[in-house]
Amino acid sequence: MIILFYIAAAIAVISTVCVILQSNIVHALIYLITSLLSVAVIFYVLGAPFAAMLEAIVYAGAIMVLFLFVIMMLNLGQHTRDQEKSWLTSKVWIAPSIMSGILLVQLVNVLSELDHDVELTRVGVLEVSALLFGPYVLAVELASILLLAGLVSAYHLAKK
Amino acid sequence: MQSIPIEHGLILAGILFSLGLIGVLTRRNVVFVLMSLEIMLNASGLAFIVAASRWGHAEGQIMFLMILTLAAAEVAVGLGLIIQMYRRFNTVDINVLSKMKG
Repeated sequence: MIILFYIAAAIAVISTVCVILQSNIVHALIYLITSLLSVAVIFYVLGAPFAAMLEAIVYAGAIMVLFLFVIMMLNLGQHTRDQEKSWLTSKVWIAPSIMSGILLVQLVNVLSELDHDVELTRVGVLEVSALLFGPYVLAVELASILLLAGLVSAYHLAKK
Repeated sequence: MQSIPIEHGLILAGILFSLGLIGVLTRRNVVFVLMSLEIMLNASGLAFIVAASRWGHAEGQIMFLMILTLAAAEVAVGLGLIIQMYRRFNTVDINVLSKMKG
């Protein structure tokens, strides 16, 4: 189980690097799906099977299909790929990489002072749903209102 | 009982977050910017799950559910905006939006 965590973590990092380096948008989307599925494996290893399932269904399924639908609708084909290649010169990577690198170094510095172990105990659907429809039921209702607002505004924005 | 150090999980979340940040800062195609935002939201969800499984609680998974809902709503609105932008300017270059008139 532990080796599975590190393999999935390596796949997640590598495929995310491929997403931000890729100039073909559909290939980037496929790499993003790979990254999300390996994060789902990490969730499963960490003992959160419900979150893993939702990650695979909602993130890698529904949200990525939305992206694919918009890419097909806008017909982002060959000319976008050439445009991307002309935009992505090596010069534009320098400043963002340095800034994010500094941020990452600070994060690693702070986090490496923690030394707790994550015990891989399983917290299943039962415990999550008992909390979700007990103390957190207001959050569920608010989430449903948020989704409804998103639906209405997406419809309004995409209308001609 | 098998266990992994908590900092490995949190550092993984940090690496994914910084990669998403590089994507947001570098890309000019607005669809790629939205994809990088998804990477960042997903990394914060991963941090919640890692921290929750440290104590064996279910609250972190509930926070992950909220992040998932937020990401779904954000993507729907963002993609609607991208479609509208493509109709008006006929491009996905995010720099055309800086030429907006007030």
